Amino acid sequence: MREFLEETGRKTRTVVEISGQIGLMLSQALMWIFVPPYKWRNIIKQMEFVGVQSVFVVVLTGSFTGMVLALQSFEALKRFGAESMVAPTVALSVARELGPVLTGLMVAGRAGSAMATELATMRVTEQIDALTTMAINPTRYLITPRILAGILMLPILTIIADFVGIIGGYVIGVKMLGINSGVYIARTVDYLTFGDIMDGLIKSAVFGLILTLSACYYGFYATGGAEGVGKAATRSMVLGCVLILASDYVMTSMMY
Amino acid sequence: MIKIKDLKKSFNGKRVLDGVNLEIDKGKITVIIGRSGEGKSVLIKHIIGLLKPDSGQVLLEGEDLTKLDESEWNKTRRRFGMLFQGAALFDSMTVAGNVGFPLREHTNLDYKDILETVKDKLKRVGLVGVENMMPADLSGGMKKRVGLARAIIMDPEIVLFDEPTTGLDPIMSDSIADLMLDTQEQLKTTYIAITHDILLTYKIADKIAMLHNGKIIEEGGSKDIKETKNPVVRQFIEGNAEGPIRVY
Ligand SMILES: Nc1ncnc2c1ncn2[C@@H]1O[C@H](COP(=O)(O)OP(=O)(O)OP(=O)(O)O)[C@@H](O)[C@H]1O
Ligand SMILES: [Mg+2]
Repeated sequence: MREFLEETGRKTRTVVEISGQIGLMLSQALMWIFVPPYKWRNIIKQMEFVGVQSVFVVVLTGSFTGMVLALQSFEALKRFGAESMVAPTVALSVARELGPVLTGLMVAGRAGSAMATELATMRVTEQIDALTTMAINPTRYLITPRILAGILMLPILTIIADFVGIIGGYVIGVKMLGINSGVYIARTVDYLTFGDIMDGLIKSAVFGLILTLSACYYGFYATGGAEGVGKAATRSMVLGCVLILASDYVMTSMMY
Repeated sequence: MIKIKDLKKSFNGKRVLDGVNLEIDKGKITVIIGRSGEGKSVLIKHIIGLLKPDSGQVLLEGEDLTKLDESEWNKTRRRFGMLFQGAALFDSMTVAGNVGFPLREHTNLDYKDILETVKDKLKRVGLVGVENMMPADLSGGMKKRVGLARAIIMDPEIVLFDEPTTGLDPIMSDSIADLMLDTQEQLKTTYIAITHDILLTYKIADKIAMLHNGKIIEEGGSKDIKETKNPVVRQFIEGNAEGPIRVY
């Protein structure tokens, strides 16, 4: 019993400590956004890394998700004779939920862990210390552009995921399941509102913040050589994904 | 120029620096020697503010560096250059990008002038035509040279060297030693090096200080150190496994 309490205490302290450090890192990174001169080159490089290089995986995940949603919902809706409702089911699920969440998870896996690896390598090979000795603030130089890139690029990627997801649903619904093309499009347009898409995009910006921040945190404070670099990548991905799903629940419950 | 006073530092309850006292003279080369893991890197990181001490002072011309805040440090750090143990070159940049980095960040020079200065500094460390290579494609000795060029690109008053020759063959080590002497001679910069390379030490040092058990146990010129009666220092400079220092 005592052991259990001690263990819980230790875990709680770690959680509180990590949250504090992450909060501090975030506030410092955000503060530097408002201090000129701006290093556009750095920000653009990170946007390319987070955004452009993730387009391919996002298109893949988005389209398969739309396709599978169409199949699954068709099975259920057929029983009520409401086959054409496949269209709004796919559109709403993708725009409100699956587009942003799957994009967040995929980017956390791809860009987030690569980011953590890069920063951790810089830490253990003293490149971050080298920045400091050259009178360059490492938070400003390394963290701020990455977090900004996450916040800006995830909504753009999500728009792409939404779009290909809906197209994927359409292709399956119309070409394979035989729903009338005009009806499919009309149903989609009728039910999907601008607000649905916006809710999804707001979520995705938060996911972008979460996944870059957790990558930066574990990368920046990595210790212990090559092994530490690997740990940083794994931990940042686990934390990123868990926080994405948890914050998704919180945001969804607030948005309804 | 720099005075270290009773500097103490522990990590997780383990004392690494236990009251270090040392004076570093302007325009001279001071070499701090000591065994691996004695805290030489920790000591040098206190001089440039990468670590904060538990107690004690680091005085630069009378100003206590341990009391500086980040913005004051940003000014003071421009007086320093540092060569790291593994050179710490930025993997994502070319050699020219690395060496010119401080110029790009801190001056308004245009691209052409920066490249000019970079080539000049690279030539001074014996490297020609490597501007566009990536750090991953350089040998250990070349990395150290590039690191040295980057450390002195802003013509700092004080340059810190963390193990400038570790991991290099004896001939390359000797050529790094020559480079250090050359570059130091030209501008009469203050150089502080930490190392366990005793040949390098004798070759370049104006003053040698030995760090042992968290304290400076002996200091003096090469001659003083060679003739010392302190058994710990003797054991270190002669490289004996037998002696007062026990090897685990
Ligand atoms: N940031 C840190 N956190 C915890 N312990 C540290 C830290 N930095 C150094 N130490 C510990 O301090 C001691 C001295 O380390 P340091 O790197 O200064 O040794 P060194 O004399 O430079 O050795 P080497 O010649 O191998 O580089 C080591 O036991 C190390 O584990
Ligand atoms: Mg060291």
